[in-house]
Amino acid sequence: MSTPDRDQTEPTQSPDEAPSRGLIGGLVAGLRELFRLRGDKGRARIGLAAFAFTILFAALAGRLVQLGIDTGGEETMRRASVSSLGTARPDIVDRNGEILATDVMSYSVFAEPRNIIDPDEATELLTAVFTDLDARRLRDRLSTDRGFIWVKREISPRQRAEVHRLGIPGVGFLPEHKRVYPNGFAAAHVLGYANVDNEGIAGIEKWIDGQGLQDLEGVGLLKTAADLAPVELSVDLRVQHAMRDELLKAKKEFRAIAAAGLVLDVRTGEVVALVSLPDFDPNNPVDAQKDENINRINVGVYEMGSTLKALTVAMALDSQKFNINSTFDARAPLQFGRQRIRDYRGQNRVLNVPEVFVHSSNIGTARMALELGIEHHREFLRRTGQLERLRTELPENAAPLVPRRWTEVNTATIAFGHGLAMAPLQAAMATAALVNGGYLITPTFLKRSEDQARRNATRVITEETSEAMRYMMRLNAERGSAGNSSIAGFYVGGKTGSAQKVVNGRYAEGVLLTTFFAVAPADDPRYLFLTILDEPKATPNTHGFNTAGWNAAPTTGNIIKRTAHLLDIPPRFNPPEQPFPLMTRLGAWGTQ
Amino acid sequence: MVSRAQRSLVGDWWWTIDRSLLAALCGLMVIGLVMLMGGGPPVASRIGLSTFHFVERQALFLLPALLLLVIISFLDARLIRRLALFVYCAGMVLVVAAIQYGPEIKGAHRWISLMGVSIQPSEFVKPAFVILTAWAFSEAARRPDLPAVWIAFALLPLTITPLILQPDFGQTMLITAVWAGMFFIAGLHWFWVMGLGGIGVIGIIGAYNLLPHVRERITRFLDSDAGDTFQVDMALESFARGGWLGRGPGEGTVKRVLPDAHTDFIFAVTAEEFGIAVCLVIVVIYAFIVLRGLLLAGRNEDAFSRLAVSGLLLMFGLQATINMMVNVNLLPAKGMTLPFISYGGSSLFSLALAAGFLIALTRKRPRARLQPRAYVPRPAGA
Repeated sequence: MSTPDRDQTEPTQSPDEAPSRGLIGGLVAGLRELFRLRGDKGRARIGLAAFAFTILFAALAGRLVQLGIDTGGEETMRRASVSSLGTARPDIVDRNGEILATDVMSYSVFAEPRNIIDPDEATELLTAVFTDLDARRLRDRLSTDRGFIWVKREISPRQRAEVHRLGIPGVGFLPEHKRVYPNGFAAAHVLGYANVDNEGIAGIEKWIDGQGLQDLEGVGLLKTAADLAPVELSVDLRVQHAMRDELLKAKKEFRAIAAAGLVLDVRTGEVVALVSLPDFDPNNPVDAQKDENINRINVGVYEMGSTLKALTVAMALDSQKFNINSTFDARAPLQFGRQRIRDYRGQNRVLNVPEVFVHSSNIGTARMALELGIEHHREFLRRTGQLERLRTELPENAAPLVPRRWTEVNTATIAFGHGLAMAPLQAAMATAALVNGGYLITPTFLKRSEDQARRNATRVITEETSEAMRYMMRLNAERGSAGNSSIAGFYVGGKTGSAQKVVNGRYAEGVLLTTFFAVAPADDPRYLFLTILDEPKATPNTHGFNTAGWNAAPTTGNIIKRTAHLLDIPPRFNPPEQPFPLMTRLGAWGTQ
Repeated sequence: MVSRAQRSLVGDWWWTIDRSLLAALCGLMVIGLVMLMGGGPPVASRIGLSTFHFVERQALFLLPALLLLVIISFLDARLIRRLALFVYCAGMVLVVAAIQYGPEIKGAHRWISLMGVSIQPSEFVKPAFVILTAWAFSEAARRPDLPAVWIAFALLPLTITPLILQPDFGQTMLITAVWAGMFFIAGLHWFWVMGLGGIGVIGIIGAYNLLPHVRERITRFLDSDAGDTFQVDMALESFARGGWLGRGPGEGTVKRVLPDAHTDFIFAVTAEEFGIAVCLVIVVIYAFIVLRGLLLAGRNEDAFSRLAVSGLLLMFGLQATINMMVNVNLLPAKGMTLPFISYGGSSLFSLALAAGFLIALTRKRPRARLQPRAYVPRPAGA
């Protein structure tokens, strides 16, 4: 002891005592030691007691915190529903502030089986109001002694009045938020939907939940929907509606099994409209999970066909190895073992770059890619984001199907759009980069400014290459397969693609996925339009053809015609003078 | 304000007591009254009393109890020992009388009517028991030649036998635990600590096997499907419904079906109406009292004060933690009230008595005053 302690009055053993007693003495001393109360230990032991109490109180506090944030089971369900907030969700509005999704209050009927006196009577009365309820199951559930069950969610005011009038003890109502999509189908694939508990299940709704909203509610910090700022999408409801209408017409006219469309702002990467048919009503999303209702722009992966040639041509021009006047031998098909690459409309001559593009020459583009080499090709596709999964706000996305072994054959076929399948949105992102001056901008579904988009953009091709691409797309509309989309006054440029579909593991003749990319206006593009038709059939009007130039291109033309004024593209009655100065200077084919 | 310059009885008292401890105790009393406004009315209306019957009674008792606390805190150690002896003897007589003559309430004879006032004498026995035990243990350590240690040993069975006969399992356990804790602090050899710990375990196993209602409670705690877990279920529902911030004063609904909402389960009612955040504050106040008190006890030079203060805090702290742990389902259901918050006149006065002892014994005293009569230790065995 360092400090004197009056209480420690135990005598110290006298030194001569211990040795004389021997073994027995030691035992006695040990026993006495056992019975001695060591008052001097008091302080340490009080410390020990304080320590034990600290643990007890900490355990108690910990348990209280656990109860506070506990989730699970009936209690939580009850708590979540009892608090009238339910789960409030922010409104979703389009770029002009039009409501796309909002919360309305509705009532749900619950029962407390523990307090129900006569389950049989209660069942009989309730099923009289809700004729669609399974009487036996309800009776079983009411006969338990649980504290809380749902009888029916989201009932009408009339049903509520009727149940109220029944006056069954142990049956009550809880106000709940019900998610409503006033525009129904219009933007279904972008919005996704929320379930009966107002949790986002798909689309932007699910993305909203991922922003920490649920956690805030979990600790009770959010009370009303008014606390939540609306989510502003990049989508324009009017364009969305017009495009859906045109696609429905096209799908019907060409008897396609599916159709999809996209309008992308090439300067900001904003998705202005996205439609995928068939679609579903988010107000009643029973069909939403069906396979044919997937979002074909984001989730479907397709071999894009000839539209991908734009990438190959851009790669060739951007490599500095070729210029706009370079020529490629397309006289004879390319032979790879048993595979032979030939042109759809063979010119059987030497073609320059614009000709390769306008005549959509498979041989020409394959030669471009082969001369640059596999590595250069793969590197360019990786740079333009074609080999990796594209992630946007929408939780639905898909990884591209990239060949595991990449040989010369792969490079040759991928050059004209076969052998590499990607989400159309991904291809649209790259195509936008080809025409917007060379910037790769990740698409977004949220409203943003050009400055914000530029901040994260990467340059993938030069300004000059971009001009060449715009020039060739415009040329294609004037002289090539995109003619059917060329709406007077809007200076549209475009590229068609008709990819043979794989049926039972083989490319099937005449079963096509037709795609069309259009830019408007081609001299200074603002928007990229993409139209996809899955298995369109020939009609009398198309003279027996079912390639993109006969269905996807005119559909896109109709869409542009209907939406151009909404998209703020002013019509011009005279074509622009000197739209492509560099091309004229270089004397590119078609400028004379 | 009381001046430091002049030495007066009150001045001495004010500047030597631990004012933070007193403030925390008074705070608890006030909080208790507020909480009782939540827990009291449903029970009162259930047994047909006026709505605020319990609140009014508790408020009525609060001032006399506070007065008792303050008066007792003026006493010195010697007077406290004498008062404790008197209270203990009177209490034990009444406990025995209650068994014999008291009315049977919920299967136990714990209450006795004295001049028209119904009291629970075992409540008053508890603090007195702690003081007497502390005295016996400290004397035993100081003067091993006196039979003080045997008194300490005899006190336990003497006290708990009537309690077992009542029967009052909760109080018996509490008193035994406090006694064992004080014995430990008094400097019990670790050999005995382990040995008595073993006996304690055997005792619990024995109680489990021999006393049916103990067995039932433990089984019920361990297996939530076995038997009736209504109280605990309701308590947990209170916490779930209250959430962090509670449903607001008077807005609780579980309390209407929760038995003993004004006593054993007032903590759960508090959670429902005032929220878990307030529950945490209450836990912090209890923790403060216990830990602050133990700190003061550790600093105390006097063995008796040290033991007595530790014993009182053990009793206070154990009772509080056990009650709260039952409420949050960390322990099986047990009849234990929450000090100063649960309703109960006897309990309140008993706690005031204990708190008075506590404040008195934690007063800063000059060393010379500790031992009024000079005592020269004799070498033992000489």
